[in-house]
Amino acid sequence: MSGNILKIDHITMQFGGVTAIDDLSFEVEKGSIYGLIGPNGAGKTTIFNIITGNLYPTKGKVIFEGNDITGVKPNKVVYKGIARTFQNIRLFKSMSVLDNILIGFDAQANYSYFEAILRLPRYFKHEKLIKEKAYELMDIFGITQFANSNATALSYGNQRKVEIARALATNPKLLLLDEPAAGMNPNETAELSEIIHKIKKDFNLSILLIEHDMKFVNAMCDNLTVLDYGEKIFEGKPADAIVDKRVISAYLGDFTNA
Amino acid sequence: MNKFIRNIILIAIVIYFIYYAQKHFDSYTLSILDNIGIFAILALSYNLINGIAGQFSLEPNGFVAIGAYFTAILLIPTDTKLDMFALVDPAPIILQMKAHFLPAILIGGVAASFVALLLSFPVFRVRGDYLAIVTLGFGFIIRIFAINNPAYTNGAMGLNDIPEEANFLWIGILCVITFLVMIHVIYSKFGRAMKSVRDDEDAASAMGINTFKMKTYAFMTSAFFEGVGGGLLASMLTTITPDQFSFLLTFQLLIIIVLGGLGSMSGALIATILVMGGMEWLRFLDDDIKIFGMDLGAHPGMRMVVFAILLIVMMLFARRGLLGDRELTEFFKKKSK
Repeated sequence: MSGNILKIDHITMQFGGVTAIDDLSFEVEKGSIYGLIGPNGAGKTTIFNIITGNLYPTKGKVIFEGNDITGVKPNKVVYKGIARTFQNIRLFKSMSVLDNILIGFDAQANYSYFEAILRLPRYFKHEKLIKEKAYELMDIFGITQFANSNATALSYGNQRKVEIARALATNPKLLLLDEPAAGMNPNETAELSEIIHKIKKDFNLSILLIEHDMKFVNAMCDNLTVLDYGEKIFEGKPADAIVDKRVISAYLGDFTNA
Repeated sequence: MNKFIRNIILIAIVIYFIYYAQKHFDSYTLSILDNIGIFAILALSYNLINGIAGQFSLEPNGFVAIGAYFTAILLIPTDTKLDMFALVDPAPIILQMKAHFLPAILIGGVAASFVALLLSFPVFRVRGDYLAIVTLGFGFIIRIFAINNPAYTNGAMGLNDIPEEANFLWIGILCVITFLVMIHVIYSKFGRAMKSVRDDEDAASAMGINTFKMKTYAFMTSAFFEGVGGGLLASMLTTITPDQFSFLLTFQLLIIIVLGGLGSMSGALIATILVMGGMEWLRFLDDDIKIFGMDLGAHPGMRMVVFAILLIVMMLFARRGLLGDRELTEFFKKKSK
């Protein structure tokens, strides 16, 4: 099993008396797309917050590439190679699309505060370098023409792309996508899944995604885990999930009694 | 490269104007320009922490006081100090401190910056309104410290006979330097990171930004120039007392940067000229007011009433400040498109 990039090891998360996640374990294989689905409030986003260090689990560990990263601070987790997007798009609203993506390249622009103030050559060299990289990234997503417009002036679908591009700019090995297709029309969803497949190949990524759209999940994921009230009720191939009784009753509603 | 040459020419013109003003303007005009220059330094630096990094802090009066006291103590000759400290004898270290003008100003800035570094650890544990309260407290502490430690600060009597070495040439050039440093910070990865902290702190740290570090950088840079501005203020006024550095000073700076647009350095400059200049230009309102031959008499304070109304009107029509969070040059770019 050397192929694991991420291992969630018996994680339990309690908020006061509420158990949001109950003894959850799963593994994401290197180079795969792993789905995390479940009804609202099942604890999907909580898992993301635990992986990225925003929350500290009550019990259990997060193992990334064989290292325990439980409780590592969010900005340090990025350096380890995990980047995320948010369920409700969180772009930097006063900044242009280009600047938003440049934030992702922050660590790659290697100049000091004083070099920036004095405008030493290293500043120009590195700024030019990351700007070129940012334009390359925008080309992949087809958002180059919006480079200088304000990020929040874009359509919803394009804002999603900016957010994914910004996450990719941090040069991750594992990308966490929180409902990437939410609020998109079928065309946009199809386009998005194409892009995700492309970036996965081009950047050699593993992807963990949360999604509601079963069609999208079916088309995207190699494996998935279904959560219900913090418990794992299914793990396996998407094709098997949609015929699994417990999944159907928890996720799609129990229509055998209807 | 074209832009580079254009900027050099612009800076040269501004510095020539400063030089010309120092040589040829009368002392009244110069004193107004001095005031505008110093407040521009303070407003620009305050805008970095408050407008760019979005940390609503109310501390600049504290840092201005630190800069002013350090510079004053370094500039006043030893004999004068011995005469001046009436309440208690000055501490030995106070007597030993001695420096020329420029080093004194810079030491004031470094001292303020160092205090900012120490302060950032407790202060940036809180956000938003709480940050405002904590930093407001810091301003009070500095003032009370100055009043209650007469061996270092001569207590409530303050320091007098500070050599008047600050002139418009110094103030103007330091103001230009402040502006350049601020612009250089903003248009670098650090400025971007500070803005990202302002817009969405959690998303920023999810992108690998060390938000605490960015806030501290902004805070220290801000404090440095506030210290420098304080030093210039001390040397210009030749006398300082703790009461000069009350919350009102912070308040005045806050008006300036909000009027100019939080996060806009050119806005802060324009607003400083409007506010500081406006206070002077409206002085005629304090004199006898005659409308259509009717003598309404003199109403001291009328100036402030009109000034306040003008401020309110300006804020009603430009809610996000004169320039919003954009720089002047960005408006020209939009037009050419």
